[in-house]
Order: sequence, then C-alpha cells, then structure tokens
Amino acid sequence: MSGQSTLAAKIRERRKKLRESLADTSRETEGSDMELTPRTNGFPESGMHGDDDETALSSSREAYDDLIEAQKLIDDLEERRAETKKELEQSLKESDKPKPSKRTKLKPITPKAEETPKIEDEATKDEKPKKKKKARIKKEPKDETEEAKEEEAEPTEKPEEDKKLMSAEEAVLAVAAGTAGSSSPAPANLNQSIRDRLRKKMSQMKEKAEEEKKEDDEKEPGKVVTGKPPPRRLRGMRGRQLATRFDEPMSDDEKKLHESIAAKTMWQKARKALKKKESAMPSEEEAFDFFVKVFDKEPDLPSVPPTGEPEAGPSEEREESAKEKEKKEEKEKDEEEKPVEDAKEDEPLLSDYFVDLEEWKTQPYSVNRAQYTPYQKVVDREAKVYFRPSVASVPENDKIPEERQPRYLEDEGFYVGVRPPVERRNVNIEENRLLMREDKGRKWFGDDGRIIALPDPLKDQPTRPPVIEPEDIDVFLQTDYKKAYVVDFDSRFIDGLGETYGSYQIDVDINSIIFSHHSLFSKEHVLAAKLQQLYSQYLMRSQKDATTFLTDKLRALKEAVAHLKKQMDAQMKDLNSSFAQDQMTRYQDYKYEIRQTRKSRDTEMHYDRQLLKNILKAWKEIKALRESQGCINTAVKLSVRKEETDKDEDMTQWKRDIDEEISEAREEYEETFNENMSRYNLAKAEYDRQKKIKDAIKKRKKRRRPKRQGSRENLTDRTSDTGGESQTEDDEDAIPEPQKPAYEFNEQEAREKIKSKAQQIMRKPGEPKLYPELTNAAVITPTHNCPKAEQSRRRDQQKCQCYVRILFNNKEVSRTSVKTLTSDFTVHFGDIFNIQIVQWPESIRLEVYENGSFSDTMLAEVYAAIPEPQVTTSNVQIEELDFSSDQKVSYGHEGVGSGYTFKIGDENLAQEYTLLTSGCLLASVAWGVGDDGTVLVPPISQTAGTALGSVKQFDALSAIGATGMVDTEKLAKWISESRLDPNDPANAALLHLIKHVSGDDKKMPVYFRLEQLQQEFNFVTDEELEKSKRFKLIELREKEIPEFRNYSLIPIREKDVTDDIFEEYEKKKKAERDLQVGDDKDPHRAAVAKFLSKVREQVMTRFRAAQHQFTLQDVIAEEPVPNITLLSANLLKLAEPRRPLKPVRKERKVVTAQSLGQTEVKILVNIERAFDVPVRKEALTLTELEAAGGVNSDSLITPGKVTVRPFVECVFQRHTKQTSVAEGPNPNWSEELSLPFKPPNNDYSSASLQTCKDLVYLNLFDEVVVDMLEDDRARATNIHQRLERKWLGSLKIPFSTVYFQGQIEGNFRLQAPRVLLGYQRAGPMENTTTQYGQGKRDTDNTYLQLFITIEPALSTPEPVKEKFDTTEDEKLLNFAENYQMQFEKKHPKRDILTTVMDINGKSVFVTRYFKALKPPAELLSAESNPLKQAELIARFVSLIPFVSDSVVFPGMCDIWSTCDQFLQMLQGDEEEHAVLLCNYFLHLGKKAWLLIGSAIPEGSTTYVLTREADNNFLIWNPSTGEHYPQYDNFCRLKSVGCLINQENIWANIQLNEEPYRIDFDVTKSNMWRPLFTKTFSNPNLTSVQVDELRYYQTDKGYVSDLTDKIEKKLREKLMEWRPRHITRFNRYCTQVFRNLLRKLEENRGNAAIMEHKSELEQVMGSYTMSGFPLNLTYTEMAPIVDAVYSTGVHVNESTDVEFALAVHIHPYPNNILSVWVYIAAVSRKR
Amino acid sequence: MASGSTVFLVMMNGQIETGDFPGFDDDLYVKFNYVYGPDWVMTAGLEEGTSQTSRKSKDDLGRYVWNFPLDVTFKSTNPYGWPQVVVNVHGQDVYGTAVVRGYGAVHVPISPGRHVRIIPLYVPESSSHFQKFTSWLMSRRPEYRDHNTVARGEGREVTRVRSQGSIRVTFNVVTRDMKKLGYDVIPSTLSIPSTATTAAMAANPKPGAAAAAVPTANVPTSTS
Repeated sequence: MSGQSTLAAKIRERRKKLRESLADTSRETEGSDMELTPRTNGFPESGMHGDDDETALSSSREAYDDLIEAQKLIDDLEERRAETKKELEQSLKESDKPKPSKRTKLKPITPKAEETPKIEDEATKDEKPKKKKKARIKKEPKDETEEAKEEEAEPTEKPEEDKKLMSAEEAVLAVAAGTAGSSSPAPANLNQSIRDRLRKKMSQMKEKAEEEKKEDDEKEPGKVVTGKPPPRRLRGMRGRQLATRFDEPMSDDEKKLHESIAAKTMWQKARKALKKKESAMPSEEEAFDFFVKVFDKEPDLPSVPPTGEPEAGPSEEREESAKEKEKKEEKEKDEEEKPVEDAKEDEPLLSDYFVDLEEWKTQPYSVNRAQYTPYQKVVDREAKVYFRPSVASVPENDKIPEERQPRYLEDEGFYVGVRPPVERRNVNIEENRLLMREDKGRKWFGDDGRIIALPDPLKDQPTRPPVIEPEDIDVFLQTDYKKAYVVDFDSRFIDGLGETYGSYQIDVDINSIIFSHHSLFSKEHVLAAKLQQLYSQYLMRSQKDATTFLTDKLRALKEAVAHLKKQMDAQMKDLNSSFAQDQMTRYQDYKYEIRQTRKSRDTEMHYDRQLLKNILKAWKEIKALRESQGCINTAVKLSVRKEETDKDEDMTQWKRDIDEEISEAREEYEETFNENMSRYNLAKAEYDRQKKIKDAIKKRKKRRRPKRQGSRENLTDRTSDTGGESQTEDDEDAIPEPQKPAYEFNEQEAREKIKSKAQQIMRKPGEPKLYPELTNAAVITPTHNCPKAEQSRRRDQQKCQCYVRILFNNKEVSRTSVKTLTSDFTVHFGDIFNIQIVQWPESIRLEVYENGSFSDTMLAEVYAAIPEPQVTTSNVQIEELDFSSDQKVSYGHEGVGSGYTFKIGDENLAQEYTLLTSGCLLASVAWGVGDDGTVLVPPISQTAGTALGSVKQFDALSAIGATGMVDTEKLAKWISESRLDPNDPANAALLHLIKHVSGDDKKMPVYFRLEQLQQEFNFVTDEELEKSKRFKLIELREKEIPEFRNYSLIPIREKDVTDDIFEEYEKKKKAERDLQVGDDKDPHRAAVAKFLSKVREQVMTRFRAAQHQFTLQDVIAEEPVPNITLLSANLLKLAEPRRPLKPVRKERKVVTAQSLGQTEVKILVNIERAFDVPVRKEALTLTELEAAGGVNSDSLITPGKVTVRPFVECVFQRHTKQTSVAEGPNPNWSEELSLPFKPPNNDYSSASLQTCKDLVYLNLFDEVVVDMLEDDRARATNIHQRLERKWLGSLKIPFSTVYFQGQIEGNFRLQAPRVLLGYQRAGPMENTTTQYGQGKRDTDNTYLQLFITIEPALSTPEPVKEKFDTTEDEKLLNFAENYQMQFEKKHPKRDILTTVMDINGKSVFVTRYFKALKPPAELLSAESNPLKQAELIARFVSLIPFVSDSVVFPGMCDIWSTCDQFLQMLQGDEEEHAVLLCNYFLHLGKKAWLLIGSAIPEGSTTYVLTREADNNFLIWNPSTGEHYPQYDNFCRLKSVGCLINQENIWANIQLNEEPYRIDFDVTKSNMWRPLFTKTFSNPNLTSVQVDELRYYQTDKGYVSDLTDKIEKKLREKLMEWRPRHITRFNRYCTQVFRNLLRKLEENRGNAAIMEHKSELEQVMGSYTMSGFPLNLTYTEMAPIVDAVYSTGVHVNESTDVEFALAVHIHPYPNNILSVWVYIAAVSRKR
Repeated sequence: MASGSTVFLVMMNGQIETGDFPGFDDDLYVKFNYVYGPDWVMTAGLEEGTSQTSRKSKDDLGRYVWNFPLDVTFKSTNPYGWPQVVVNVHGQDVYGTAVVRGYGAVHVPISPGRHVRIIPLYVPESSSHFQKFTSWLMSRRPEYRDHNTVARGEGREVTRVRSQGSIRVTFNVVTRDMKKLGYDVIPSTLSIPSTATTAAMAANPKPGAAAAAVPTANVPTSTS
C-alpha cells in the first residue's frame, strides 16, 4: 500500500496546488460575473429534474438556447479540433486498462490534456489560463471519483474534497456564465471566447465521458448486461439530498451515502448510455423522452448543420459527453447542462440505429417507388465529388503566398539546373491538382511559383566510352592478348619472383692486386718478394715475441716448482699422505710443463734465428744479383740495426741457462730411472716368487737334478746357453728375468749436447742483437740504363694489364676497368661495385684476368665470402684473398716466367726456383648502406626460412627444430655425448628441444603404424565380430564358401540367425577334421576323400583370386580388328548359297559367366539315330537264333513285324526328356531334347561350372505294348494296353566333358549289359576269333549318333599359364618348351606335353612317369596268353574309378599323380590310368607308349599304344580297358598328338593324325619328331615312380559285407521307387543270377550268353524276364543306385511283376572292386 | 513392434526426367534396371523398363525429355548392396543401327526426401583408332557385355571409357524401420552408433567431442 499511499500523497499535493490556482480564477470569475451566480444557483433544482420537471426545463430554456447558438458557431471549429481529439482518444483508449494501471496512466495524460489547448488556435491564446483551469477542473472530478472509494476510509480528507468540489462547481458556474454572457452586453470577442471555452469544455467532457464509460464498463460488466431499469425515484431523491448539501453540513454517514448514491447514478448513467449505444434502440424511457422532447427540439434541429454520415459519430460522442457532463453536474447540482443532454439525445437519426436487419423489421416502414435521378443532377452531384483539374495554366499568384513576390534564383545569379522536360499541359494539371489541396500545395511550389524539381539527371553526353572495333584501332596501338601465366615461386629469390619489394645491395670493393709472383718478375723481383715475405714473417714473429713469452713462462714455472718443493719439504714431516700425494702430482705436472715449455721455447728461438739468417742471406743475394745484372729493379732495401751487448753478462746468463738445463735434464733422468727401478723391483719380485715355486716343484719332481741357484748373470747365461738342456719345458711360460736399469747419467755429455743446441738457437754471448729493417728506399735504375733483356722485360711489364670480373651467383655482374701493372707488380683498382640483388646470394666470385694479345687469360678465380648481415660497407675491412695460377709462361727476356724453373745466383751456388703466378687480391664484400643509413640486407627472418635449404646441408644443428623432422632420441644422445655447454645461449633452443624428450618418461613407440586410427574406425571389436553369428554368415558369404555363396537376405538381427544355418557347414568341417566314416564307405576311401578335399581346398583358394580377374573381352563386347582373312571370309559369305544343302554348324558366341545373369542355361541333346539296337527275342525263336549264327539278321526279321520300338530317354539333373518312339533296330529320331541346367550353388562362373559332377544319362529303351484286354470280344471296340519300357543300354556323358568340349558330336557306343534278357542282337551273335587289323565292325555294341551342346555356350576357364615351381633343369625345360612351341606352331590342334604338374603343384618332366612296374601277381598268374594277360591288366586298371581332374581340382589343368598315389587314392582320370597301364605293359616286356591325342567323347585324352609281337599296334583305352587294333574304324581315338615313354617324346609330324592313317614307327624321323636327339640326348632322368608297387589283398569279409549292404540298399531303393505297388522279389531268380554273376566276372563279361541260356532255361520257361547284369566300379553307394535307377527296370506297372536282384563283388587287390548287379523284372508267363 | 520388424523397407519413386546429350541429334530412349545386393528383395515395382523414344527439344537447351517414372519398393536386411539404378541410353547412329549412347549408374539415395541426381554417362571406348573407325563404319560400337558392370567395381580396370552426356533423375525416397534397426541415415538425428565409440571419444581429451556425443546419444532413447 505504500505505493498507493505515496501516490495518494502526490495527488493530494497536486490537488492542493490546483486548488490554490483555482481559488484565484474562481474569485476572478466570481468577481466579473456576479450576475450569473444567482442563475446558477437557481438551476440545480430544475436541472436535476430535467426529465420530469417541466418548469425547471422552461426556466433553463434561455440558457439552453444560448448554448445551442454557441454550439452552432463553434461547430466548424470543432471539426478542426476533431483531429486533436481523436488523437487524445487514441491515447486514452490505449490506456483502457484495468483500474490500478489506469490510474497511473491517467496521470501522464493530464499534462497532455493541458498541452492540447496550447497547440490550438493562436487566437485563443489569451484565454489560455482559463482553459488550463477548466482542464484541471475536468480532471479533478475524475480523479476524485476514482479516488473516492479509496478515500472513503479517510474521512479527514473529506472537507478538503468538498472544498475542491466547490471550486470545481464554481468553475462550471463560470462556464455557464460565459454562455449566458453572450446575450449580455459583453464585448464580442469575449463572447467568442466564452463560446470557445464552452466548446472546448464540451469536447473535453466528451473525452472524459468516454473514458469513464469505459471504465465503468470494466467495473461492472454484469450490471450492463442485466440492464436494470434506472431507478428514477432515486434520482430525484439524490437530487434533493444533494441540494441540501449547501444548507447544512452533512454527517459522515450521510456523506457516505451521498457518495455511494453519486457513484451509483454515475454507473447507471453510464450504463444507460452504453445500453443505448449497444442496443441502438432507445429504452422505454428514452423513447418516451424522444417523443416528448421532439416538440421542443424541433426548431433546433434545422439549426444544427446537416448531420450527414460523418456527423453521426461526433454527435453521439457529444451526446455521451453531454451525459457525462450531466452526471458531473448532477453531482455538483448543476442542471445547466441538462438541456444540452436532452437535445443531443434526439440528434441521432433512427436509421443510425437500425443496424440489425431483424430489428428494422419490427419497426414501422413504408415502401416507396424507385427514385429516378435525372442525369444532369447526377452530373451535378458528381461534379461535387469529382475534380477535374483544368489544363489551363495557373496564375503565379495562386501558387505563392499572397504577401510574397515570386523570386527567380536564376536571375539572382544562382545556378539552377535544367529542369527535366515535362509537357506544359501535364504541369498545369498537376499544379491545379496541388492547388486543390487544403494547404494549397504550398510545400510543392518553389519560390518562383513552379513545382520544385531536381535538375534533369540525364546527361547530354553518353558516359560510357565508345566501343571501338579492333580493326578500327591504329595498327600500332593495337594490343596483343597474352595469356597470363603463373611462375612457380623460386626460392632463390628473396621476395619471390618478379616484383622486388625491397632493395638489397651488396657492395664489392675491389681494391688492388698484389702479385707475390708474376711471370714478368725478374730474378731480383723473385728475391725481393722472398725477402719481403721473410721480412713480413719476421715482423709478425717479433710482434708476437713468442720467445720472450715462453722464457717468462719458464721462469714462472720454475719459481712455482721451487715454491712447491719448499712446501713439500715442509710438509714431509706431517706425512699427510693424500695431500702429499696431491702435491706430488702437481709437482710432477709442473715439471712436465717446464719441459714442454722449454722445448717449445727452443724451437721458437731456433726459428727466429733461422729467419734472421735467411733474411740476411736473401738480402745478400739481392745485393749480389743487383751487382751482377748491373741495375736495380726493385726498391727493396734492407738495413740492419745492431744492438751491442755486454759479453760478460751474456756469458753468465748463458751459463746459468745451461746449468739450469743440465740440472733439469738430470732430474728428468733420475725420474725416469727411479721409475724404471721401481718397475724393475716389482718385476723382480714377481720373477723371484715364480722362480721359487718352480724350483720347489723341480725339487720335488726331479731330485736327481742338481739345484742350480744362480745369479742373474748366470741365469741369463744359462737361458741363452743351455737352451735345450734342462728345464726348457718349465721355462717356456716363465717370466723373463727383468733387466736392472743402470744409472749412468753422463753430465758431461749432457752439457755438451745442451751447449751445442744453445749455440744453434741462441745468440752467442757478446754477439750483437740484430734488427733488420726493410724499406723501399732503393733507387730503381732507369730503364735506359738497364741491360737490353731487362729493358724488354720492363716494356712487357708496362704493357701488362689486369682486370677483375665480378660474378654474382655465377653470373657476371660487373668488371673493373683495365689497369696496368705497376713496376712493383701491383694493380690498383679502387673500384666499389654496388650489386642490387633480388636473389639470395649463393656465391660471389672474383676472376682475375690478364690482358693478352689475342685473348684475355684468366689468372685465377677467388671466392669472396658472402657477408654476414652485420657486415656493412661502413664497418667492413679489406680482406686479402690469396690466389695462384697454374699458368705457364716463359719469356726470352729477363722475366722469369712462371711454372718454369730458373736459377738465381752464381753457377755453383745457384738455387733453383719454380714459381707460379700468385698474389693476393685486396677486396671486401659487404652489404650496402642506403642513403638514409639503412642497411640493405634482406630480412633476416626470411633468410632463416627460405635459405634454410642451403643451410641445412652444412649445419645440421641449425636445421634442427626448423624442420621438425628430427630423430629426437638420437639428438638427445648426441647432445649428451657432445656435452654442450648448457649456458651457451646458442644452445638454448636445442636444450629446450631435448628437454621434452628426456623430460617425460613416455617412450616413443618404436614401431610405425600406417593407419594409427584404424582402431577408431572399427565399428565393432574383433571379439564381437567373432561372436556374432550374423557377421560370421556375412564373412562366409564373402569368402564364397559354397554353402553360403549365394545366401540372400541375411537376417538383420543377431537372434534371427538360426543356429542350424551353420550346422551343415560345421558338420562338413567336422567330418573333414575327424575323418568321419560313413556307413557305406570304407576307411581307406574316406582317408582318400579327406586328402582330396584338402588338396581341393588349397587349389580353390589359389584360384579364387583368378576368378575375379577380368579381361577386356570379359567386360566389353567389341568387334575384333578385321583382317584380310576375315574380310575375305566375309566376301566369300556373300557368294555363299543362302540355304546350303549341307549347312555347317557355326561357331557360337561364348557367353561369359558375368553376362549370364538370369538367363536360363540349357543342355541341348540332339539324338540322330541309333545302330544295332537289340531286337526282342519274341521275334526270333531260340532255334532260329541258333541257326542264324553268322547270317545277317536283317534277312531273318520278317518285314512288317515289330522287332523293337526303341526310344531314347535323356536324364540330367533329375530332369527327364525322351524322344518319340521309333521302330526297328536302326531307328532314326533326329530329335532335339533340351534339358535345363542349374549350376551348383547357382553360380555360373567357370570355376563353379567345372566342378559340376552331374552326368547326362542317355538311356535307350524299348517300348513294349502289353495288351491288357482280357476279353477278346471287346477287341473290336476297346483298346486296353500297357506300355512297358525295357532298358537296352545307356550312355553317360559327364557335364564337364560337354562343358569343356563345348559340343560333342559323333557315334557313341552304348554301354549295354552283356546279357539282355529277352533281347537278341540282330547282328552276328558272337565273334570268337579276335583278329587284329581287319577293321571288323564290333557288332556286339549298339551305337548312338548324338550331338550335345550347352545353350548358350559357356565360357571355359582359361588354362592357367602359370610358372610352377620345378626341380627340373632349367636348360632342359627351356629346350622342351622350345620344342613344344615349334610343334604347336605347326600343328596347333595336336596335343603335346612335355611337363606336367604333380600333386604338389610342381612341374615334372613327363618322361619321369614311366617305369616298368609289376602288376599284381595274381593277375599275372591268372592267364598265360599274353593278350589275355594284357586284357586282364587293362581291366584291372579300368576298374579303378574314373574322376576327372577338373572336378577334383577345379581350375587346375591337370594333375598327374604317380602310380602309387593313384592306387592309393583309387581315383584319377585318363592319364593316371594310362600311365599305370603303360607301366604294367612295360613290365610285361611290351613296347608301350603313352599316346596323347583326342578321342570321342572325352576330347583331349591319353591312351596307351602297344606294339605286339607280330608288329601290330594296339590302342588301349585305359579307362574302359578296351583295346582296338590300329586300323579299327570304330576306335574312339580320333587323333594322335604325340607318343611318350621313358625314353623320349615323339611328336606326330605326319600329315594325318587319325590312328589308322599314320605310321607308328617312331624311328622314322620324317614322321615323328623326337624331343631328345643326338644333339640333346636324354639326360637319363630318374623316374618319379616308386620301384615297386605295393599290393595287398582286399579284405574278403569287407567285400561280403559290402555285397550285402549294396543288395539291401538296392532292394530298399527299388521299393522306394515304386511307392504305388508292392515290390516282390523272386528268390529263385536271385539265386540263379548270383551264380551267373560269378561266372560273368570270371569271363570278364564275355561269352556268357550260352551259359546264360542253359542256366536260365528253366526260369525262362515259365517267366518272361527283362533284365540284365550291370558291371560297375565301386566308389560309393550313390553311383550304383543311380545307375540302377537310370535303367528304369523298376518302372513296371504290371501287377504280377516280381523282381530279381543279385549283387556280386569281385575283389581285386588294393581294394579295387568290380561290382556286378543283376537286376530283372520277372513276370509269370500265362 | 520393434522386435517384430526384421526387414527395413526403402520405397523410391521418381522420374528419369531429362537427358543432355550435346552433339547427338538422334532420338534416344532409356533403359533402366536396378542392381542390388544379395540381402535385398524387390517387393514391388518394375525391376527394369524402357522409356519412350524422345526427340531432342528444339530450344537452346536441346534436352531429351522422358519423364519416365520410377517406382519401386525394396526390402532388405542389410544396407550392403544398396540398390542402384542403372541407366543406359540407346539411340540410332547414321546407319540406323541401334547403338548405346551412354551407361550410368547411381545409388538410390539413402536418406529420405527428395533428391535430384545428375548421372554423367559414358560409353566404352574402342581399343584403337582403327577399331574406332571400323566400329563406326559397321555400327558395332563396343558395348558392355553386362550393362550392370557400371554398377560394379569389379573388372573396370580393363576398360577405357569416354564421357558422353548426362541424365537427370529425381528420387523421392521413403524408408521404414531403418532407424529402428539401427541404421540412422537422417543427418539431423544422427547418433553415435555404439557406446564403445562414445566411450572412446569421451576418453579422448577433447571436451568438445564428448560434449557433442552426449546429447546425440540421447536421441535414440527418446524416439524409440
């Protein structure tokens, strides 16, 4: 409340002030308008009851009229003030806030309200005080009302308040008086002023009213809403009560009541007003008022200016203000304003209130006719609104203020810019427009009465320069454009290239050259130079005076020694050993130093003396020379100053010196003697000790020997004399006896020595001291007095000229002027060169040149040091730069030349000289000083930075730190070793540097990491990576592990990765590790499999990288470069027939694995025809058959009768396709079957494709139609047949073969069982006599003509041309390679091999594989017939399972395993078989070769060739065991490339390659080209094969187990394959078959038919059978099952079918098994 | 729900808008297809397509306008092998033979929103000048055996190419569940992926790095 209280206090204070001022004014008004007072007094009663009291109204009529009149007058003024008013309102509205804030707001408004009048018309100025007062009055009540409530609690203030009210009342009265005064005879202006005042008051009242209304609104919004009818009675009451106020003082309670009543009425009033405004409908009361008052006010209304729309607002305002006023006046009992209020209330038109559509409907209205306004009227009305400015020019007087004259600045001499051109008409229009404005557009017109305008901004001339065409420019002014180029910064330049920012200058001062020798020297000059040199030396020495210095030092040392000695003697008694010791060493040191000093003094003295002697000698020589030559050439003159000495004194000195020296020498000797003595004593003692021990030993050992204890002499004698005698062996390691040193200082001798030395080096006593002095005082003989030779020399000398070139950074910058040699052989230049430099100085070279007749000869070049930055011209000193030249010159005259020997002196005493031109250059180099004294040195900091490179080379230390590339450790080490002075400021930086190194103990890592941030970039740690299954999966996929190679959608979460994903993989891995033995695998084979898988893995990893290498052909399809052959082929193509009769298969485009994508790969099998299909036996009776032996079967088959209905079924990857059924034994299908191909793991890359082990099975079946119609009567109408298929034979072609060959074409022999039950060959049955070379057709077989290929053609892997490791001789390999290349060039299609890869991946020479090996003994013993034996062996070999290398070792071309490895692994491809077979044949003593060629269907393969006893050749297929005679047309071998055996390799160079067309005689060199010839004979390579193959018997028990196992398995499978039928087995047949199988093996499948017949006769009688025996090699169970399945025996739908199944295994050594399966479907005959 | 989603989805639609082939006047058309890794599956949309043939505009810009819409949705479990759009432009040479005018590829933008990519195209260059001539003569220009080569890095080192034109493609990408599965591709909300790195950064004596790591690390917790 303090704030409020202070506020209240303030208000109070202010009020007080106001009251004072008001009191004055009220007194004034009271004084002046006495007349008015009674009137006012009379008003209250009537004014208060204006509504209901007629009389009061009439009495106030007069005043009211006046008021209206006044109002009329001031109406226009009001308008002008509207703006100000509005402004005020605006501000008030802004302050329309809740109460507390409002009050504070209102206060600042007060002054504003005071100010507004000030701004008002000047005419009312004189009225100002009054207005002010009024304003205050108005303000007061308001403040009061606001504060009333607050101050109610303070009754003490009430009287004051009343007083105030009183004064306000008076003021209002005064206003009323003013209005009334208009009628009274008052001056007009006064009247005016009163009106004004009134008006003003009214307007202010309005403001107040509005304010208060708003305030009230906020105070009691509820009240407004409820809208209670105003209590009229109370109003009257209030008036009465108020009226009594003047009569008697009111009690406090009464006062309070009054207050509250006043407040209430106020609110009611306000509410009424507001309600009126809100509803826009007059309340009941008002309506009544309206109608009542209308009659009274009717005449007033016209007097009011027409109240258009704009009037509405103000009028309402006025009304409100009036209401407000009324409210106030009520409080003050001033009813004067009441009529005003009434009048105002009527003013608003009804229409103004009909805002709402709804409401007007409730009101009465009338409908009028549409009104037509005549056009003219419209125009007239428009003319009022529109303004059309005239184009007529405006008279100037209108445009400038009346009292002024137009002023023309231009005439007065001011510059006036050119006005922008505007059309006159437009100007006029604009001027007229401006004149229409209220202010007459004053601001817009200038002094000259024209519109103010800036000068025309447009220039009369274009500012842009004209563009001149290049060709218009004068030729000489044309510019050439040159491209800007950037020049690399050259570190040699101080400020960079090009621009020089500072000037740097080096001053080179070339003073003079002084030659110490020159070719033009005369002899005298030479001597003079020598003398001068000696003299200068002498001067130098005498200046140094080393002799005196050393003598002094010697003396001082002697004194010190003497002193020390004394001290020592004194202290001897103390026997302070350590101190004495110390002193002793010092003493020794002194002694030593004395000796050294003396020695050096002696040499110095000696040198001095020698020098003096030489000087004198040289001078003598010069003198002699001058005499001899008769002239003087040099100005040298030596004068010797003698200084006499006292001889006696000298003598004593001399003696003393010598004595001293002698004593010293003695001392020295004694010292050394003592030392030797002590050493001797030590040695002696040792010797004695040893000797004693030895003697003791000797005594003990050799008692017989006489003890010989001799003296030293004796001992020495003895050792020398009796070397071999007694104890040599003992003495060998004994210490030689020490020699005792003898004291033999010969004083006399020493004295003599010293004396002679002294004589040499010292001045003899009495000899005068000599001081030579060299001057240039000698007079040189004038030239004309000289001898001729000398004259010419002098002439030459005068001609001789020299100059010096100055080279800065190896560039000549200047040269001195050419100066002549003076007579004393000096050249004076005295030139100073200022070199302005831009580059860092690297070298400053001075070259001394001598002018020659033809060319100048360079005598020497001298390098001047680059000056330090401190060295400037002002402080530099001339330096002597010595130089010499190797120039050789000789003259005919006196000049001695240079480089040549000459003699000086008499003939006998002549001395030889060989001198080269030499001298010294007096020069200086320094940094220049500018005019202002600044040194023109390049900035030193920059020097440090840029010149570092050059500095670094020389001073490693200074480069440290600058580069930052320092091995700190080494540096620290170096510093610690070099013991730098830590206090030297020069080392501060260095020490600071190593402080860091040595300071912290953190060792710098000794390793260097390439990616030290690697760890930060690891997104998981390695352990996490290990643990995570997901990451593992991703990793395995990335590694292209087959199981995961094409795994897609690896789960995103760890937990989503199922464990069983790895199960298979882990299992496989585990199996590999643990050597898991499957139930149908024997341990041996498992081991082999493990080994193979290991090798395979290695190979895989090795070739994985190669798979990801691409060639251009792999990536880009581009037309090859057309060559002539291609073009001609193309041309030929044009001539080709469009549809040739015999089309040739075109080579297809090979598709790479990359481009395969999703396209489907198919295998196309084109089955053409078959030959010699067996026919059904039903066609031929058994007897017929017997009779038909040897007769062509075709004749036997009766035409029209169906013998066989063959068709071919093709199975690949479990997809089956079959041809249509043909008829007869030689059917022709010509059908194409296409089978889809799915690569392993869906990967089409060649590496993956070649591992595909799938086989293409081609089965030949006979379709048998079984008539099932039971009832023959129905035959006419029904057909009931069953189709049965009988297997006739099959053909297996590995996919890898097709893949590598691209296409397979030809006649293939079907692998048919030897016995086909129920079928018979149509051809001759048996051929018992095997004949070679007859080309007989093997009728025992069925042939199928086929064409197989892959669509699209897949690219085959490139054979890896890799150099393998080898242990072979390099020379041999090269030779073989050459041989192979030559052959391949000639016969590119023929295969040849020289080296093969063994299982370790090493290259091995192929002939090493051949060696006679012994086959199993049982095979040899089984047969005696050599051919049968060979066949048996071949069969044995063929029983070893065949697995292609490409399947085992994908990517690898071929791996040749040795025979023992082969037998161990029990699998291999053709070369292993062939090698083994060949080796066996070799053992049998046959001539055998390995034949490399190509065959059908294998392609490139290896066979074995043997030469039989009858010189016929047999070709063996090692994989099947078959053999062909050479001339057999049906031989599968189609071409022969080369023959190999242990001796040699023979390449087939014959025209043909077919075996039946070539000669196999390898000795014929025109047909076979051997590798090893006479020039390069076989180096007898050792074989890689073992000496003997180890054979072991196959375990019989295992075999029988396996037999059972296979049989059981097959039975199971058979039932499995026939799920819809019951599979029964015929026991009897099985038994029969079992016996038959045994026989079949014994006969190796041949010649069993007859036995079959007899065996089966019984069975055949009652059963129809279809079946056959199968012979297989054993690797695993699966292939056997597959083979049985492929025969399709199980496909028999007849209900009464029974099966017969027998398995027999014939074991061969080494677990090689021949598996026989006899399977047949048997049905009972009806 | 968070545990339920095992894949994230990337939906992309866009347009092959225009092509700029200065120096070519023949009519061109575009073929496109997507190349993506093993962990991606296309769930909706055309895997490949061919646009209409467009003629060069006659104005100064000389553009080929295709406005060929792309609309595809992928699901994936692994951002490895993020799908790429492979485009190749075909036209006819002077002999009327169809030839390839450009190969190009671009990754589908990884962050959601609208992206505009201008793919510069290139064609393989003939191995020699002579082959260049003959290829021109015979209208057998070198081509990629597999046009997806341009989306792979493997085997590119053996090829030589020449730049030829460009294509403007717009992409509108919407992704789903990527953040839920730990792949935050929106730069504004990017957070430190693993706490290990955060710790490492905090251990680093860089106050700024650690301070920066803290607020960002809060982001995933608040959103998930």
